[in-house]
Amino acid sequence: MQRSSVRNPQLNANGELQHLLSIEGLPREVLLQILDTAEPFADVTEREVKKVPLLRGKSVFNLFFENSTRTRTTFEIAAKRLSADVINLNVSVSSTSKGESLLDTVANLSAMQADVFVVRHASSGAPYLVARHVKPHEHVINAGDGRHAHPTQGLLDLYTIRHYKKDFTRLTVAIVGDVLHSRVARSLIHGLTTLGVPEVRVIGPQTLLPAGVEALGVRVFHQMRAGLADADVVVMLRLQSERMNGPLLPSAQEYFKHYGLNAEKLALARRDAIVMHPGPMNRGVEIDSSVADGPHSVILPQVTFGIAVRMAVMSIVAGN
Amino acid sequence: MSDIPDAESLLPGLAAELKARVTPATAMVGLYTGGAWLAERLHAMLGLAEPLGLMDIAFYRDDYAKQGLKHDPKRTRIPFDVGGRDLLLVDDVLYTGRTVRAAMNELFDYGRPRSIALAVLADRGGRQLPICAQHCGAQLQVPEGLRLRLKRAADGRLSLELERAA
Repeated sequence: MQRSSVRNPQLNANGELQHLLSIEGLPREVLLQILDTAEPFADVTEREVKKVPLLRGKSVFNLFFENSTRTRTTFEIAAKRLSADVINLNVSVSSTSKGESLLDTVANLSAMQADVFVVRHASSGAPYLVARHVKPHEHVINAGDGRHAHPTQGLLDLYTIRHYKKDFTRLTVAIVGDVLHSRVARSLIHGLTTLGVPEVRVIGPQTLLPAGVEALGVRVFHQMRAGLADADVVVMLRLQSERMNGPLLPSAQEYFKHYGLNAEKLALARRDAIVMHPGPMNRGVEIDSSVADGPHSVILPQVTFGIAVRMAVMSIVAGN
Repeated sequence: MSDIPDAESLLPGLAAELKARVTPATAMVGLYTGGAWLAERLHAMLGLAEPLGLMDIAFYRDDYAKQGLKHDPKRTRIPFDVGGRDLLLVDDVLYTGRTVRAAMNELFDYGRPRSIALAVLADRGGRQLPICAQHCGAQLQVPEGLRLRLKRAADGRLSLELERAA
């Protein structure tokens, strides 16, 4: 097999994770290393002292060009539990509004001795641009870029699935809803196929599924009934409010009728199926409260696991 | 260089020594990987009431900045309250003392033990920190560049082996 002459920008010369930009293109071993490392970090959060000294003296800059309180908070908690110093920059309301370019912002922060940049940006590819321009000892973690990727969310979904289902290689995973606009779905699909999940399904109206999505290795369904049959894992996606009455959908009520998850539709999945949601949820739009709060829901454990997974990612990249 | 002793024949003597210091507050913690194997054996020989604790010090190592994070760290399990305990910390081989320092730091993040004593199967010298073992199966001289480590066979038998350091 001929080796690509273009090096994966996420890996260093030894094939180790230098930046986390996307799950796409990451080898199976690296994904498993992150999931394996997250397990002992999950234990740390249950101790009397919920902190380990790994990143003592290192600075983590949360660079959020797009607002997301929850994602920023979980990165902040993860960095603090690793003993790093955390600096939160809500850049959407500071320098850029004064006209500073993305790379100038990063260069300035680098001059303040940054070690890790956690970048969230409305433009796909922004974290790649940052990664290409940082110094060798600096590391970039993508916290969501445009419609492209949200790798730590994808990884925490993978961690959650493995936690409850143990073995990826016998699973049917159904991803329901607005796949077209979802960077979460894209990251998760790449992770699931890389880890050998035999059946990944996407379920949604034609208007909310990307053209040619089958090329990612998924089966496409437009009916919940067929798509949920015998699923082990059901991942509900958030329907963003601007889509609810836009040209792609008639109304939120109509959407819930066809693609919202309620107890009756969930009964088509396997009896021990788990229900996941990346949050924030729209109750009554994509998911019924009886399911969101019901016995199959693992939505809140996802949040807890997300901290452990982000601790694992930060401590792996910052050490390479 | 010393001869490498037989691990199995060191076990009864070490267990007898430890038995003499067991109190109602005693609990044992083994350090992955070799120390955990040794601790499983010693824990059974002493018949301690508290379940065995197992610890991986990957998150407390002092060479993270140079070496990065070790692959596949194991889960630390301390199934008892550390506060007020007399802890027996068990590792297979004592060398620089850095692992023991890291283990003590980690233990204190679980609580404040009353005391910690260190038990090892072999002390190979070469200390870089002011740490010593209260209970030691054998003392031997091993040159730098060689690694002395505990192995466990499929039938559970323990043995000490020398290998070139990576």
